[in-house]
Amino acid sequence: MGQAIANATTLYQKIYASHVVGKLNPSTDLLFVDRHLIHEVTSPQAFSGLKLANRSVRRPDLTYATMDHNVSTQRRSIDAAGETSRKQLEALAANCSDNNIPLLDLTHPDQGIVHVIGPEQGLTQPGMIIVCGDSHTSTHGAFGALAFGIGTSEVEHVLATQTLPQQQAKTLKIEINGDLSSHVTPKDVIMAVIAKIGTAGGNGYVAEFCGSAIREMSMEGRMTLCNMSIEMGAKAGLIAPDDTTFAYLQGKAHAPQAEHWDAAVAYWQSLYSDADAVFDKTVEIDASSITPQITWGTNPEQVIAIDQSVPSPASFSDASKRDAAERALAYMGLAAGQKLTDCKVDVVFIGSCTNSRIEDLRAAASVVQGKQVAAGVRALVVPGSGIVKRQAEAEGLADIFKKAGFEWREPGCSMCLGMNDDRVEAGQRCASTSNRNFEGRQGRGARTHLVSPAMAAAAAIAGQFVNIAANTEYNVTAAAGAQA
Amino acid sequence: MSKNFAQGLVCPLDKNNVDTDQIIPKQFLTSVSRDGFAEAMFYDWRYLADGSPNPDFVINKPEYQGASILLTRENFGCGSSREHAPWAISQYGFNVIIAESFADIFFNNSVNNGMLLIQLSKTNIELLFNRCAQGPQHWQIDLQSQEIMFGNNAALGFNIDADIKQRLLSGLDFIGSSEQLNPQIADFEQSRKASLPWLG
Ligand code: SF4
Repeated sequence: MGQAIANATTLYQKIYASHVVGKLNPSTDLLFVDRHLIHEVTSPQAFSGLKLANRSVRRPDLTYATMDHNVSTQRRSIDAAGETSRKQLEALAANCSDNNIPLLDLTHPDQGIVHVIGPEQGLTQPGMIIVCGDSHTSTHGAFGALAFGIGTSEVEHVLATQTLPQQQAKTLKIEINGDLSSHVTPKDVIMAVIAKIGTAGGNGYVAEFCGSAIREMSMEGRMTLCNMSIEMGAKAGLIAPDDTTFAYLQGKAHAPQAEHWDAAVAYWQSLYSDADAVFDKTVEIDASSITPQITWGTNPEQVIAIDQSVPSPASFSDASKRDAAERALAYMGLAAGQKLTDCKVDVVFIGSCTNSRIEDLRAAASVVQGKQVAAGVRALVVPGSGIVKRQAEAEGLADIFKKAGFEWREPGCSMCLGMNDDRVEAGQRCASTSNRNFEGRQGRGARTHLVSPAMAAAAAIAGQFVNIAANTEYNVTAAAGAQA
Repeated sequence: MSKNFAQGLVCPLDKNNVDTDQIIPKQFLTSVSRDGFAEAMFYDWRYLADGSPNPDFVINKPEYQGASILLTRENFGCGSSREHAPWAISQYGFNVIIAESFADIFFNNSVNNGMLLIQLSKTNIELLFNRCAQGPQHWQIDLQSQEIMFGNNAALGFNIDADIKQRLLSGLDFIGSSEQLNPQIADFEQSRKASLPWLG
């Protein structure tokens, strides 16, 4: 499995093959890592392990750090999220300065979520192998890079050797052709894909997204798509680079500079799956069949279209899925047959590495413009990075949110996982643009519904979930803010 | 206990898709140390709101105290890459996990911590849960012969990747074995600099 037939190879296989340093044994290769991104939560133990073994960081120039998971989004101060957070952030700062690793700390204007800043800084480029001690590293696959999350032992391994032992994964092709309806976003697309494949359906695979709907997507949209490929268990998500990719990268701080640009683009243009490459599995989806999606349960495959009813556990033929559905309904405080459009929301969170980029904020702002957050709803917008924040302020989006009654925050992971003080209380229902609806993810007893930024914005205004496709009042328009 | 031969009490955790947020919730991720996670394992299921143990959660039942083999179902360890999850499980005392499937990153992280993860078919997992339903089980796991032994000469074979088996049996230093390829790494860096100079 995963072997190329004759000379036809998939994009994944091309990237894999070009990074083999040597063989560790018959089935395991040592692969070179082009970019290692680190953050405060999964790196401290790796640095202490390194020190203990008297090893040094082999390539600090290929390593890049940011503070994101554990920072306060209320104010930019290292102690603002509490004492243990401060210690962890200080450990990162010390480890970076001891080892000459560049760090976007809280004083840096571009600081933000690791998967937002990588692409923004041009650190993420086609054909690279990119790793980070974080599962949503799959985001960077949007650029045609092989990008995946690793654990702390592997972080230590990469710091020491700039390589990782790997075995070839199986290949999964997800082809999405056709046009998306105007109120359907890349978030809805990936949720529909997960509904089809399941949370474990991608285990052992690297997924490549292709088809006309993908070619039409912006880089922001492609990142949203690849971001959640981990939610179907895939090791990584990939999209072949094209002119959209190159245009995004040109001029970014760490992108190839003028003297190398043409050579880099020529190399990037060679990165695609051959027409006759054989994938281990193929899934086809008609883009026009996708409608706004929402999760009703406690894992990302428990998802329905907003106009559908919450399914009955009895409708699942698989016994374990039936049990899971029953447990999920109890946890979520929902009944089979219920419409989520009848459900009130307490909290709305627009942010996370899935949906905190400028395009997401534009979509949300266009729904919010001229309206007010419903009474009793706590709504916050947490931009993914300093760059997103400044741009949203310049375009007038921040004002739209603030006027409507949203909290406008500093960049960070925030309520996606509630490591800082941004939590959803037990029993509260949250419309969230993040990627995980696990029990307790946003706070103990918190009830998370994953939705697109436009759906989250509409929920904030209406105080309950809204079918934005059927409700013209909440249509996404291109005209939010003062942007051209 | 040698790496080859584990034996112990089995704790059945009858759930699919147990995610890393359940294995160890985020409030415990602020630590900068590798230790001290045993008490936090399955925190939200294991303790009631007042902090006392939840008597209904299987881990807390008297008959499963001291268990070292965890039996569970599909897609165990899905979610984040936090290695705190296998740290917590192993520090609690489990050194073997048997499941229908595991999430990739969790699987690698566990192996990197010397844990044995055994993947079995749905039918066999069902069979093992049925055994557990008859009363607390003590099984022996022989990694060399790849068998779970139930006593009375009954056994069930399992598959395991040859490299992983070798690594678990030899206890080889993960980084040390890659460092033996240091000359090749240096060569790779040289040729990369020549052909793709913008990468550094
Ligand atoms: S935003 Fe959420 S999913 Fe993304 S890196 Fe931060 S915690 Fe992880």
